[in-house]
Amino acid sequence: MATHLSAEPQILNRRAFLKTSAAGGAALLIGFHLPAHASSDPAQAQEKPPINPLNAWVRITPDNRVTLILAKSEMGQGIMTALPMILAEELYLDWNKVHIEQAPTDPRIYDLGTGGSGSVAGSWLPLRQAGAAAREMLIAAAAKKWEVGTDTCTAKNGYVVHGHPERSYTYGELAADAALLPIPNFNTVPLKNSRDFSIVGHDTHRVDTAAKSTGKATFGIDARPAGLLYAVIARCPVFYGKVASFDATKAKAVPGVRDVFQIETSGRGASTNGGVAVLAENSWAAIQGRKALDVKWDEGPAANESTEELHHQFVTNAAKPGGVVRNDGDADSALASASNKVEAVYELPFAAHACMEPMNCTVHIQSDRAEAWVPTQAPQWAQAVIAEAAKLPPEKVTVHTLLMGGGFGRRYQADFVMEAAQVAKTAGKPVMVLWTREDDMHHDFYRPASYHKFQGALDGSGKLAAWKHFQTSTSIASKWSAEGEKDSGKGEFGTGATIPYATPNIRIEYTLAHSSAPRAWWRSVEHSSSGFVVETFVDELAAAAGQDPYEFRLKLIGDPRKLPQFTGGPDDPPLNTARLKGVLQLAAEKAGWGKPLPDDEGRGIAAFFSFDTYTAAVAEVSLQPPDFKIKRLVCTVDCGRVVNPNGVRAQVESAAIYALTATLKDAITVERGRVVQSNFNDYHMLRMNEAPPIEVHLVDSDEKPTGIGEPTVPVIAPALCNAIFNATRTWKRDVRIRRLPIRAEDLA
Amino acid sequence: MAITFTLNGKSQTVDVSPDMPLLWVLRDTLNMTGTKFGCGIMQCGACTVHIDGQASRSCMLPIANVSGKKVTTIEGLSEDGSHPVQRAWIEEDVPQCGYCQSGQIMSAVALLEKKPHPTDADIDDAMSGNICRCGTYQRIRKAIHRAAGSAAQKA
Repeated sequence: MATHLSAEPQILNRRAFLKTSAAGGAALLIGFHLPAHASSDPAQAQEKPPINPLNAWVRITPDNRVTLILAKSEMGQGIMTALPMILAEELYLDWNKVHIEQAPTDPRIYDLGTGGSGSVAGSWLPLRQAGAAAREMLIAAAAKKWEVGTDTCTAKNGYVVHGHPERSYTYGELAADAALLPIPNFNTVPLKNSRDFSIVGHDTHRVDTAAKSTGKATFGIDARPAGLLYAVIARCPVFYGKVASFDATKAKAVPGVRDVFQIETSGRGASTNGGVAVLAENSWAAIQGRKALDVKWDEGPAANESTEELHHQFVTNAAKPGGVVRNDGDADSALASASNKVEAVYELPFAAHACMEPMNCTVHIQSDRAEAWVPTQAPQWAQAVIAEAAKLPPEKVTVHTLLMGGGFGRRYQADFVMEAAQVAKTAGKPVMVLWTREDDMHHDFYRPASYHKFQGALDGSGKLAAWKHFQTSTSIASKWSAEGEKDSGKGEFGTGATIPYATPNIRIEYTLAHSSAPRAWWRSVEHSSSGFVVETFVDELAAAAGQDPYEFRLKLIGDPRKLPQFTGGPDDPPLNTARLKGVLQLAAEKAGWGKPLPDDEGRGIAAFFSFDTYTAAVAEVSLQPPDFKIKRLVCTVDCGRVVNPNGVRAQVESAAIYALTATLKDAITVERGRVVQSNFNDYHMLRMNEAPPIEVHLVDSDEKPTGIGEPTVPVIAPALCNAIFNATRTWKRDVRIRRLPIRAEDLA
Repeated sequence: MAITFTLNGKSQTVDVSPDMPLLWVLRDTLNMTGTKFGCGIMQCGACTVHIDGQASRSCMLPIANVSGKKVTTIEGLSEDGSHPVQRAWIEEDVPQCGYCQSGQIMSAVALLEKKPHPTDADIDDAMSGNICRCGTYQRIRKAIHRAAGSAAQKA
């Protein structure tokens, strides 16, 4: 298998390529457009080059090589496997004959980055259309050569064939002729009937496992351009503090240290105000040099901030009404007159991404050009940032997008690129800016901390008479948008504002809380909080109604409805309650919902809709207070048509473990304006001995593919906490987990 | 200071500061980047190599302590990814981002050398020092059992 995990880009545009293609003849080249998924990304808002309609390409060369060149980054989600599968399906080709080439970051080709669980969802139709167009052109070229009708020729396993006895041409033999034909209209080109799919929907091994099992895969941190120097940066531990003064004498005396100098980073994309860079011959010398460095910091206004102070803000905010985000009916009146009312308050902390590969970026700036090696979800932003620092036009900056040792949203940022560009500009040599784990923990863009107050009312028949959700949080939008302080908070609810549970009275309010901690997208973003609070509160309502929480959900979801995504855009598909019910029912069935359990064991269920995907989970726990063991985790997913079931299952397993870490391990806390946690000794990760068995069941669907990297995250914490509640059913008091992560004292 | 040790079966001499950890000698001095930096404090296992056959964290191991010892890294496990553990990793599609997997594999190989047929508890003991943020634990477990099976067939 010849996938290039860090291949050098070669292709710029059709004309340039046709001119420079090999002596064997011109290649067939088809460009197409992969749309963005997350339109609110500041990385995109920041730079708005003219959108080139063609940002992904299929190239078929006379040497019979089919190459997919695309601007998506691999961070573990399996995009290098799933996308070639889609293309190969329409091309009637073994999928592993499709080579992948990482697209160059060329401002003439609008490169959209990778995030929002959108790569397969966004690529599905364009890739099929491109594959079908190539196939039709190859067939037309063969028919012309044979002087027969195109309807007598078919594509088969990498050949166009005709007649009996069968004659054939390879795609490579037809590429030059096909390149001279007009490209068919993508909107009318015939797509393969899904009944004939032989690749899509079949378990497929990942393309990159061999490289990743032998140490050969090249991650960002493995970039080793000739003459590379290494730098670490001393940054103010307090959010956006500054260097007051520094003495580099001792640092410069460390063997291997070449230079020590101050850098400044600024703008919305910066995680700090810069710091003092220690440049050295190797990473170790740079780290030792930084230890020897004497820096005095101007800690600035954030030095008084703390988790305690933020909690106080939350409580104060929650004592007053918030800004109205959504108001249907009259929830307050319904609550005032209801006999069966439930109130609950939930709190979630900041969370760190903690990618296994610490942030890093390698940049070489010369007078007339720059080159960079970046593990990034947003290569176009990296390019813009380097161009600005180097005072070069973007097209003079070549960005090599390398494999990421985890992304989870962290690598959509360009703060680490900004630093590397500043250091490289001063150094004049290729430099890797390496973050240590402590740097990574202290200077992340955290999942916002949030606080939620719920009030619900049930009528005499157990129906939901009112639903009121007040949230106060350190929103993402207030970090990024110019009107941040006026943030309505709409984005902080995600699909949590589109509840599937029928009620005539729904009111959603928001108040912004203030923090200097950088915030941004963390795997599943706002849904990670919304899923927990909505699906726990529904469980609380079920308990108040004296009903089984699964049956209660089904009843409240009721007849099939399509609910517009309240916080979404006009193109976002509605929440189809029938599909949500489908994943709930599948989870209940597979988990044996309702089967009796011993007194100290319990089951909990949750379902959620995010990234246009429906997920549910049932957790089964056994309690030995203050400990408990997750005996089983059943996850169900309806993400439309599944391209690679093996890959989808892997993503669900991954999202479940990611969510469990946030549910069971540590919070990111702030004292004196700085993050307290610094490494895996105080910000623990779930480990092998704690990982429960995870079963994944996928709904068979013909709907278009939707997101998969993130949507399982929101259902894990509520399923688990609801299971703990169920496991304490014989206790004298209710054990409802309303604050994450779960603490030992919660179960004492 | 010149320090000599055996690296993947060949004698290797490096002239570096004696307190420089093996991890950085491998990655920055020798450009052998298969061994990864994850935490620098022996908490995550991404830097796991074998020292005289024992799975060891290389991130805090001064190169002076490696003098005269036999070091095996992921690059030395097999020429072509054909080690039974690597084959099992590929069969079970273990890696996602893949960053921790060199360390995971080195820990798994050391486990199987000691215990050719490990129980789940053995796997928990041997592998809990290796963090995988992509959460591939279930597949790692399956792959170790698979490798144990294939090793048993070979024996």
